[in-house]
This record gives sequence, structure tokens and C-alpha cells, in this order.
Amino acid sequence: MALFKRELSPARIVKKSREDRFAAREIIDGVFTDFIELHGDRLSGDDNSIIGGIARLNGQPVTVIVIDRGTDIQDKISKRNGSPEPYGYRKAQRLMAQANKFNRPIITFINTPGAFPGKTAEAQGQGEAIAQSILKSMKLTVPMIAIIYGEAGSGGALALATSDQVWMFQNATYSILSPEGFASILWKDSKRADEAADVMGLTPKDLMEKQIIEYIIPEGRNHPRVFNLIRKRLDDEITSLQTLAPNELLAKRRARFRAF
Amino acid sequence: MNIFDQHKHQTAKIKRQDNVNERIPDGLFLACPYCGAQMYNKQLGRYRVCSKCGYGFRLQARERVTLFTDTFTEMDADIVQTNPDFPGYADKLSRAQEQTDLGESVLTGEAVIKGQKVALGVMDPYFMMASLGSKTGEKITRLFEYATENQLPVVLFTASGGARMQEGINSLMQMAKISAAVAQHQEAGLLYLVVLTDPTTGGVTASFAMQGDVTLAEPHALVGFAGARVIESTIHEKLPKDFQRAETLLKNGFVDKIVPRETLADTIGQLVALHQSTEV
Ligand SMILES: [Zn+2]
Repeated sequence: MALFKRELSPARIVKKSREDRFAAREIIDGVFTDFIELHGDRLSGDDNSIIGGIARLNGQPVTVIVIDRGTDIQDKISKRNGSPEPYGYRKAQRLMAQANKFNRPIITFINTPGAFPGKTAEAQGQGEAIAQSILKSMKLTVPMIAIIYGEAGSGGALALATSDQVWMFQNATYSILSPEGFASILWKDSKRADEAADVMGLTPKDLMEKQIIEYIIPEGRNHPRVFNLIRKRLDDEITSLQTLAPNELLAKRRARFRAF
Repeated sequence: MNIFDQHKHQTAKIKRQDNVNERIPDGLFLACPYCGAQMYNKQLGRYRVCSKCGYGFRLQARERVTLFTDTFTEMDADIVQTNPDFPGYADKLSRAQEQTDLGESVLTGEAVIKGQKVALGVMDPYFMMASLGSKTGEKITRLFEYATENQLPVVLFTASGGARMQEGINSLMQMAKISAAVAQHQEAGLLYLVVLTDPTTGGVTASFAMQGDVTLAEPHALVGFAGARVIESTIHEKLPKDFQRAETLLKNGFVDKIVPRETLADTIGQLVALHQSTEV
């Protein structure tokens, strides 16, 4: 039985995942209340492609970190279409450490083609920034849930997805790199992207089968309904994760990735 | 018996001296990939270093073990990818296994380096460009787990072209899997020493290559996250010559020390000794 009414082809899902279906600020306002944005990594700057701050989830304080691709063209350019800089990942690390100190659950929303491949990004240690985000996530003793709401490409997405659970929107993708990149590396022909999408196993259904993710969020035109569903489920899962002792939670998170 | 098992049987018969570098005749004329200087193969010497600029030519994992260890006992040699179901992947793996005498792109084991006992991992750029397959990840994870259990420091020579495309998302998950093992090793208060070798890129740079307590690099080694061509086409700019070279990373604060091959074993031995407990 198909999970949803009509199943789209992987290439169709890739296209949809890149459309502006849900905006970052819309998700924050739709799922949480009392959001206060916090800026900067305290080292070199503030990356506007990663929005971070504190909010309430059904009354409970939580830390929210959201990759923002931007809304209009200017906004998208300034946010490099949702490709974070090293200081974006370092801002996320700062907010995650802060959440850990105050025992706040961490919820990340991911939508990125990948970490920004830039000259200054490399000079400032893009690899190190991602590496430390992953390593630090493996030591935090608060519940962490990652939600992929558009594209999730490569290490730049994984940096915010080493969590207790990973969920995906129905029309989202998660992969080692873009289908275009995959086709050009393996077949020297980026035009075979649709074919690549077919073999890459990047759809929520494929990833659910491989136990890379725990849950698929059904989408609809009625966004408040989608947000209500997310809020309810987040509340349930976080409540259940909070019954675990810190060392149990950590052991479980590490075991989740040890299985791959 | 499936095709893969047959293949394993064949590789077992291939002898050590069949490795690529030992097959190159002494009289062959080579160009240094870094400075372009021309020299006879023989002039590289046992460390295979350019006499003009000090660049270390790429080495196979087993060559490195011979060069840098007093003794070495391999572990997990039997861990191989048994399900290479992506088109053409099985053939690529077979060729890599034959060329390197390895089951996967990393060689792991317990070693003694200048009298110091360590858990040692060496990635092999001749094995599918040392890409991060799920069995590569498994071997490295087990190395850290073994080191944590046995209270050993980890010394890891990194090299990688990045992800193992043929394994898709499972390749990506190795970054998280290994990092979890690194976290546990760190919590035990044990030393993790990284040696960046040419080339270390992609997902390896974005995970365990940049999680060491001390990070060494070989001269002129290419180290970076994104590929130079991808960056150039994104920012429409030509990159400077030493972009993503070890010397640039040192200057930018991401490497502790650049060490030539001739003194590398001594430096590793000294660093490991400095981290031994000083009980009397
Ligand atoms: Zn040279």
C-alpha cells in the first residue's frame, strides 16, 4: 500500500523539495511561540542562513535552529540559497551548548543543498566547523530532533542531523550530494540527474526503509494543520526522550548511528 | 560461492611487492605533482619525497606501515563490502583490493611507533581514492572502540577523495558513526593524533580528520572540504596556488605542525610519550 495518495517519482520529489513550499520563519512561527532570535558565533560573525534562538514548544522552552534559504531573490542570494558558512555551524554549536547547559531540547529544521563551497568558507575551516558540529552533537545530553523540510545535501546537512530522531517532510530529500553532482561524478554527465535521483535512494520512503529516518511528515496546502501535527509529535517524542537518564539518551543516540 | 568470495581468494595470493610504487622502475622519470620538478624514481628515496620541495608522493597504506612502525599487527582484515550492488561497483572494488592488498580503503591495527604502543589507522589513496565506504567506517569505528577498551592512543593517517558515491547515504552516516566512537575515546581521556596526508577532502575532512587533539600534516598535502573546481565555479574566481595546502591550513590555524616524512615517526613517538601518565 502506498504511504500517500499518489507516489511521486524521485526526480519529481527532488524538484518539489527545491520549491518554496515552507519558509523558515513560517515554520518557526507555526510550530513554536515566544521565539527570540539569538545571533552570532562569538568568533567571526553571524550567518543569516542559519536562524537560531529560544522558543516554547507547548509551553516548554526549547532551542530552535533552522536553515533558511531565503524568500525573494535578494534574500536567497544573501543566504547563498541556504548554504551555511563555517560561522553558521559555529553559531549552531554555541546555541546547542547553551541548550545543553539549560537542559533545553534541541530541534533543528534542515533545508540546504550543502555547506557553502567558497574561498573564505574553506579558509575559515568549513570542514572543521561541520566536524565539530557532529562531534559535539554526540556529547549533548538533551533530546535532539532534526526535521528535513526541503533538501538535505551532504555533510552540510548532517552537521545538524546527528540527532536522536530524524524526520522528513513528505516532499523532502536527503542524500550524499545532489543528483546533478552524483551524475557528473559517476557518469561525467550532470544531465542524467533524473536517472541519478532514481538510483540514489533519497526519498523519505527509501530512507525510512533503510532506518535513516524515523518519521515522514505528510504535507498539505493547509500549513497550520502540518504545523499542529509537528508540534504534537515533537511534544510526544521529546516527553518520551526526557524520561531517559542523560547517559542512556547519549548511548541510544550513539547506538543509532553505530548501526550504519 | 559467489563472485565476491572467488575474488577474495585471488587477492590473497597477491604478494606485497606488487604494490604500485614498488613496480615503478628506478630509471623512470617522474614529475613532482606539487612543484613539477623532474626526477628519477630512484631519487625519491625510501620515503618517496620530492628532493626539491619536500612533497611526499602518495603512499599505499602497507608502505606507510613499513616506513613508520616498529611492529604492526593488523586487525579486522576480513571486513569487506559484501553487497556492492551499485552498477560497476563490484569491479572497482576488486581492482582496488588487488592493487592495495586491502579489503577496504583503510588499514587498521595495533602498532608500536618509536617504542610507543598505539592503535593505528592508515587510509589508502590507491583504494578508490580512500573514499569513505561503510566498511571503511566500520574499521575506523572498531579501531576507536578497541583503543578505548585497551586505553590506547589513536594515530590516524587520513587520506580521502570524500564520500563513497556508490554507497549513497550509508557513506554519509559513517561520518556520524565514527564521530560517536571518537567522542567515547575522548571521554576516556585518550590521545587522538591525526596526520593529514595528500589528499584529505570531503566527508573525511568534515568529520574525523578535524576532530584530533593534535593535528599534523605532511608538506604540501591537499586538505579541504569542497573541491577546488566546485568552488571556482561557485564564486567565479580562480583560486591561488596554495589554496587548501597544508601550509595554508597551518597559517589559518587548522594544523598544529607540518612534519616531513623523515622525522614523522619521531614526532609521533614524542607526542604519544608526552601524553603518557607520569606515575612513578
Ligand atoms: Zn616537488
